[in-house]
Amino acid sequence: MNSTVIVFPGSNCDRDIAVALEKMQFKNKMIWHKETKLPKSDLIVIPGGFSYGDYLRSGAIAGKSLIINEVIKVANQGCLVLGICNGFQILTETGLLKGVLLRNKNLKFINKDVNIKVIDNNNKFLKKYKNNQILKINIAHNEGNFFTNKDHLKELNEKKLIAFKYCDENGEINEDSNPNGSIDNIAGIFNSKKNILGMMPHPERMIDNLVSNTDGTNLFSSLLN
Amino acid sequence: MKFSITITLKKDVLDPQGKVVQNTLQNLNFKNLKNIRQGKYFEIEVNNDDQKDVEKKIDEMCKKLLVNLIIEDYKINKIS
Amino acid sequence: MEINEKLVKKHGLSLEEYSSIKRLLGRDPNFLELGIFSAMWNEHCSYKSSRKHLKILPTKGKQVIQGPGENAGVIDIGDNDAIIFKIESHNHPSYIEPYQGAATGVGGILRDVFTMGARPIALLNSIHFGSPKHFKTKSLLNGVVSGIGGYGNCIGIPTVAGETKFNSTYNENILVNAMAVGHAKKDKIFYSKAKGINKSVVYVGSKTGRDGIHGASMASAEFDENSEDKKPTVQVGDPFTEKLLMEACLELMKDNSVISIQDMGAAGLTSSSVEMASKGELGIELNLDKVPCREDNMSPYEMMLSESQERMLIILEDGKENHARKIFEKWDIDFVIIGKTTKDNNLLLRYKNEIVGKIPIEALASKAPIYDRKWTKKKLPKKKINSKKLNKLNLKDAMIKILSSPNHSNKSWITDQYDQMVMCDTIQKSGSNAAIIRVHGKEKAIAVSVDSSANYCKAHPLTGGKQIVCENWRNLISVGSKPLAITNCLNFGNPENPEIMGEFAECLIGIKESCEFLNYPVVSGNVSFYNGTNNKNIWPTPVIGGVGLIDKLTKPMNHLFKKDNSTIIIVGKTFGHLEQSVFLEEIYSDLDGQPPEINLNNEKNNGEIVLDIIKNNLVYAVHDISQGGLLVALAEMCIGSKLGANIRKPKKLGNIFEYFFGEDQSRYILEVDKKNLTKVEKLLENNNIFYEDIGYTQREKLEIEKEMTVDIKDLCEINNQWYKNY
Repeated sequence: MNSTVIVFPGSNCDRDIAVALEKMQFKNKMIWHKETKLPKSDLIVIPGGFSYGDYLRSGAIAGKSLIINEVIKVANQGCLVLGICNGFQILTETGLLKGVLLRNKNLKFINKDVNIKVIDNNNKFLKKYKNNQILKINIAHNEGNFFTNKDHLKELNEKKLIAFKYCDENGEINEDSNPNGSIDNIAGIFNSKKNILGMMPHPERMIDNLVSNTDGTNLFSSLLN
Repeated sequence: MKFSITITLKKDVLDPQGKVVQNTLQNLNFKNLKNIRQGKYFEIEVNNDDQKDVEKKIDEMCKKLLVNLIIEDYKINKIS
Repeated sequence: MEINEKLVKKHGLSLEEYSSIKRLLGRDPNFLELGIFSAMWNEHCSYKSSRKHLKILPTKGKQVIQGPGENAGVIDIGDNDAIIFKIESHNHPSYIEPYQGAATGVGGILRDVFTMGARPIALLNSIHFGSPKHFKTKSLLNGVVSGIGGYGNCIGIPTVAGETKFNSTYNENILVNAMAVGHAKKDKIFYSKAKGINKSVVYVGSKTGRDGIHGASMASAEFDENSEDKKPTVQVGDPFTEKLLMEACLELMKDNSVISIQDMGAAGLTSSSVEMASKGELGIELNLDKVPCREDNMSPYEMMLSESQERMLIILEDGKENHARKIFEKWDIDFVIIGKTTKDNNLLLRYKNEIVGKIPIEALASKAPIYDRKWTKKKLPKKKINSKKLNKLNLKDAMIKILSSPNHSNKSWITDQYDQMVMCDTIQKSGSNAAIIRVHGKEKAIAVSVDSSANYCKAHPLTGGKQIVCENWRNLISVGSKPLAITNCLNFGNPENPEIMGEFAECLIGIKESCEFLNYPVVSGNVSFYNGTNNKNIWPTPVIGGVGLIDKLTKPMNHLFKKDNSTIIIVGKTFGHLEQSVFLEEIYSDLDGQPPEINLNNEKNNGEIVLDIIKNNLVYAVHDISQGGLLVALAEMCIGSKLGANIRKPKKLGNIFEYFFGEDQSRYILEVDKKNLTKVEKLLENNNIFYEDIGYTQREKLEIEKEMTVDIKDLCEINNQWYKNY
């Protein structure tokens, strides 16, 4: 599998995701945002960080960069795209994913390990997880409070486009287990074709037991044929 | 009565956000763009007909909470 | 502009100092030159009050590659890996504008580290606030914490450890000390010493604005008609630009283009250019027309004294200019050749085809004044504890009061606001004895910790100075690392006051004694004097940041109990020293008496044997006993683990409070599996180390035989309350 990580000025999880991809046997390339051509890739990852300092709105300026037009093109042709954290924010700014990520309900940056539940594994990203499996994954963001309109929410539910929801260690999905105020505790969503996944939690931080746990590895191994 | 408050960074204070927005707009071919400074905007409605008194109160609100006087300037305008 | 007495004083220079300036120049300085002298001769740049005392610190050792005097200290951790680190204060700016003050503090210390060729891998901080009841404390706490997080999170370097303390001594003068740790290849370390004549001097980074123009700025405003417009402004941090600057610098440093490089910190362009020239024993010529400016009509005075952030000065090898320019253009960073090195040993400034300033480099650097300020010795306070008054109290109530106090509550409200995991090498986050960071791609790791104990230093500076180094050493030992070297941030009051100067001198003697004995040299640091207002000085607060090495990381060691029914032992002797303890402070607001004594022999022996025990994989958990004593340490081991402990009462009981809350030094608590107990005991006995078997771990409850029982759940609840409710 060939993967490509897009690096924006201010991306800071680019190395982490590259390490994870290589560990999982992807052939990975890093692409600087000023490039106008993408290498042939099966997976494009937009990493976490603070592209353009999160200035104006997080993800807004990266959403207007040269390379992103190419990403939109291949995404529409069905290429797999994964946006993590700031990558998720960028995907919503480009319109590849609907919805928006607002400031956390408590108005503070939050870094901690949270529990998330796999809502639907019938897709290329999550097939190695079980439905309703509970994962412990690190979040680190200021704007992770997912919000969208009623129609989209309905679509997300009906077409099974919700990837993860925040929950507690027993799998309860409620206000107490919602770290940032996301609507319906949503932590990650797909586009309608399920070839694009945007998620706030950082799976690349969960691939090494010495650092954390290995709850993130199956996301990458699901993508390998 | 309705007032607006515009808060901007003081003239000589670095505005990283304004700078990046400016660069991006220039890259998007808005070539004659000279300078951008960003700020905050509030609208405040008050039940009180004494304009002088209201302006004084709003000024107090600015000083006590809305404005960081060390790095920000503000302007109060009557809208209606 | 005429230079008069008033103007000289407004520049923070004494009239004697001004006479020296005239003598060194052989003439009167002009306004620009006066500003430059004031910036270079102030306490921050010249260390004029502290230099004499700093000299006594041990700075050498097999592990030291670079000691104090560079942007940061460098130590060797084997196979061509080096660790570069330093701590610095940003106290005054953080009190004025807490968010930006703290943020730029983090930005500044990061530059010190990546300037030397290191990729920063960890951030730490030590922050001290006034009493929680003081009306400013809450907003200062909020601002500082979000400023530290705002900068570190954005640039993508994990903030992994720190300390937060409250004490009314900091009501009008908070402390914000930030430490950065970086990793470099030993053969790719960059220094600030200029070499070679006629080499290009390059300005890279943000544009120069009127940010934080030094104390002198007040004077400059007075002489300007539009002074309102030109008021000195607070520095605003731009972590985004710093990230780009960092990546660009590290990219340029991959080959041999850079001769020397220096961050523009305090006194910006002035101190960076003078430092580079002075170390290289040559001159530097700058064309100020070329300096990238953010505002119109900036004067040479403003350009030379601006403290705009995220800027660097680089001296390049011949012919490397275009190569370097391309790298900086890629990262959208300004790159301008603004001058060259010269052989005549002057700082020469040109502006609009005129020479606007010319000062011999040595006048600004080696000839800067050095003071031997008067200082007085502090007597060891008399013992005055009256243990009778303790008897009415109940052990459990006292423990609960301490664990629910601001200083000893769970600090996740703070640490959750910092990205602790970015870079994916954080093996142990904050909250344990020390943080552990893996060297990327390797099996080895470093341990880092920052510590201070102002109350001990206040009571007896010599003992306090000694103690704080030991405490830091102990923290690194407790996670299984070999302590290698320290950086220190010396926060003190007004050095012109002999008592304060005495606190400084004696703390340093204490620090020296411990560092020497433990082979734990000082490789970098920072002095911050004049912390106080209106003759109210802060307590002496030296902050120690230590780095230790774990050769081979297999199982990270921390303080949390791991298993039911293992044996709990204390290494080191418990005497029951209560004076200056958390117990007396929190329960009786009693601040009198002497700090606990340090026996360096015991410190070293106990520490080395504990490290040995950890390395031999004979323990589940290790925690040093520090502020709060045995019971608080035990409670901390329970709280994170959800396991409890059953503790016997000591046989020869003096006073139960002394035993459980005494702060005797050089002690560790170990959790040992029963099957390893004989081995551990043998090791301790063979080395003549005092130890005590005090009980065992159990589920759910922390129990002291016939004295108290408390549910771990409740304990967690108690410990988590304060920040939630503040």
